[in-house]
Amino acid sequence: MSRWDRFTDTFFNTKVMARYLPDILSGVVVTIELAVLVVVTGILAGLALALLRSLAIRPLNWLIVGVVDVFRSLPPLVVIVLIYFGLPSIDVSPSGFVSTWLALGLVLMAFSEEIFWAGITSVAKGQWEAARSTGLSFGQTLLHVVLPQALRLTIPPLTNRTIAITKGTALGTVVAVTEILGQASSAMSNSYNPSPLMLGAAAYVVLFFPVVVAGRWVETRFAWKR
Amino acid sequence: MIQTFLNPEIIRAAWPIILAGLRNTVLLSLLVVPLGLLGGLILALLASARSPLVRWPLMAWVDFFRAFPPLVLLILLFAGLPFAGLELGGFVCVAIAFFLNTGAYYGEILRAGIDSVPAGQLEAARSTGLSRLQAMAYVVLPQAVRNVLPDLLSNTLEVVKLTALGSVVAVPELLYQARQAQSLTYSPTPIVVAAIVYFLLLWPVVRLLSRLENRALAAR
Repeated sequence: MSRWDRFTDTFFNTKVMARYLPDILSGVVVTIELAVLVVVTGILAGLALALLRSLAIRPLNWLIVGVVDVFRSLPPLVVIVLIYFGLPSIDVSPSGFVSTWLALGLVLMAFSEEIFWAGITSVAKGQWEAARSTGLSFGQTLLHVVLPQALRLTIPPLTNRTIAITKGTALGTVVAVTEILGQASSAMSNSYNPSPLMLGAAAYVVLFFPVVVAGRWVETRFAWKR
Repeated sequence: MIQTFLNPEIIRAAWPIILAGLRNTVLLSLLVVPLGLLGGLILALLASARSPLVRWPLMAWVDFFRAFPPLVLLILLFAGLPFAGLELGGFVCVAIAFFLNTGAYYGEILRAGIDSVPAGQLEAARSTGLSRLQAMAYVVLPQAVRNVLPDLLSNTLEVVKLTALGSVVAVPELLYQARQAQSLTYSPTPIVVAAIVYFLLLWPVVRLLSRLENRALAAR
């Protein structure tokens, strides 16, 4: 067997790959489920916090800024471990999936709140005043005047941040979530061959590369026009 | 509640272990941040050639590592390479993974910085007799770095947070040490303490970033 054959036989063994393909595919499904849940709940919660913050209730705003700062400071893996290994001590035992969802959702909430808030504050004060003076209520002004301008501004940074945090679904492996990396790792130890890991790596590229390229397009499409 | 999550006796017992972890996290960060910056600088300088023949492959390289979860890269190096007869150890794997992953992010930021400096600056510098490299180092890069300083800082914060991945490949950094202490004491206290240490370490940076971002918005 030549060196090249030995290399492909080790890392791209088609027999092993075919055997573990269903496992990896089920991992892909879990990764997508987790990613969608994190993105939807994280961004909605972040938007809700930013809107609450715009009500300018002092003590509430301190609380929001505090929560946001905590989840911007902590490594996501630490949050996952904290939830998964910490909560059972008070008789709440979230599964690895729920722990990862909760942790990444909270982290995305924190980052998106900052971004939404920056967008809202970037809309000039005169816009608020003008809208209110035409008889629109606070809520109407926010919804019809401020948010449309603010959201457009938030799209590029939000896209980048969301991609970065969504990739973190791989961290779920640490708490036994059967997503792509988890499936690939256990397949590797079962078959004593790294081919499933290569397959898993390829799955990540297939899943996330188009998102990154689309993110680049969004970035130029919604770029700030000076 | 306090007895479970912040047990004073366990804190006292676990503190030396956690402190050693903190030291290693700081040392690891001091290694991987410059390493990532170096990788990014190489990418950005190559991209500044402004030739599509160089730029497109570089962009693909950067996008590849932006799409690839760093943990997967780390596991690939740590658990995959031994099959090719190459056992590198957790520490070296972390260094290589960070060089590739964070290098791509730093490269993207520095490239944007270099692009933000008008081409006339480079031309003017070159016409005074500076070589291309000198013009880059003394004229373009200082302005480029200043223009993207908040992004560089924000990415550095993410890199330091990312060092927690080292725990997965048995690098004895803060999270790893805390989990060791947790399994020794059967208590979540060490992990809570580690989280507090991370927060105290990184919160000032988060505050600074918030202020920088607000100032950038106000300038618009």
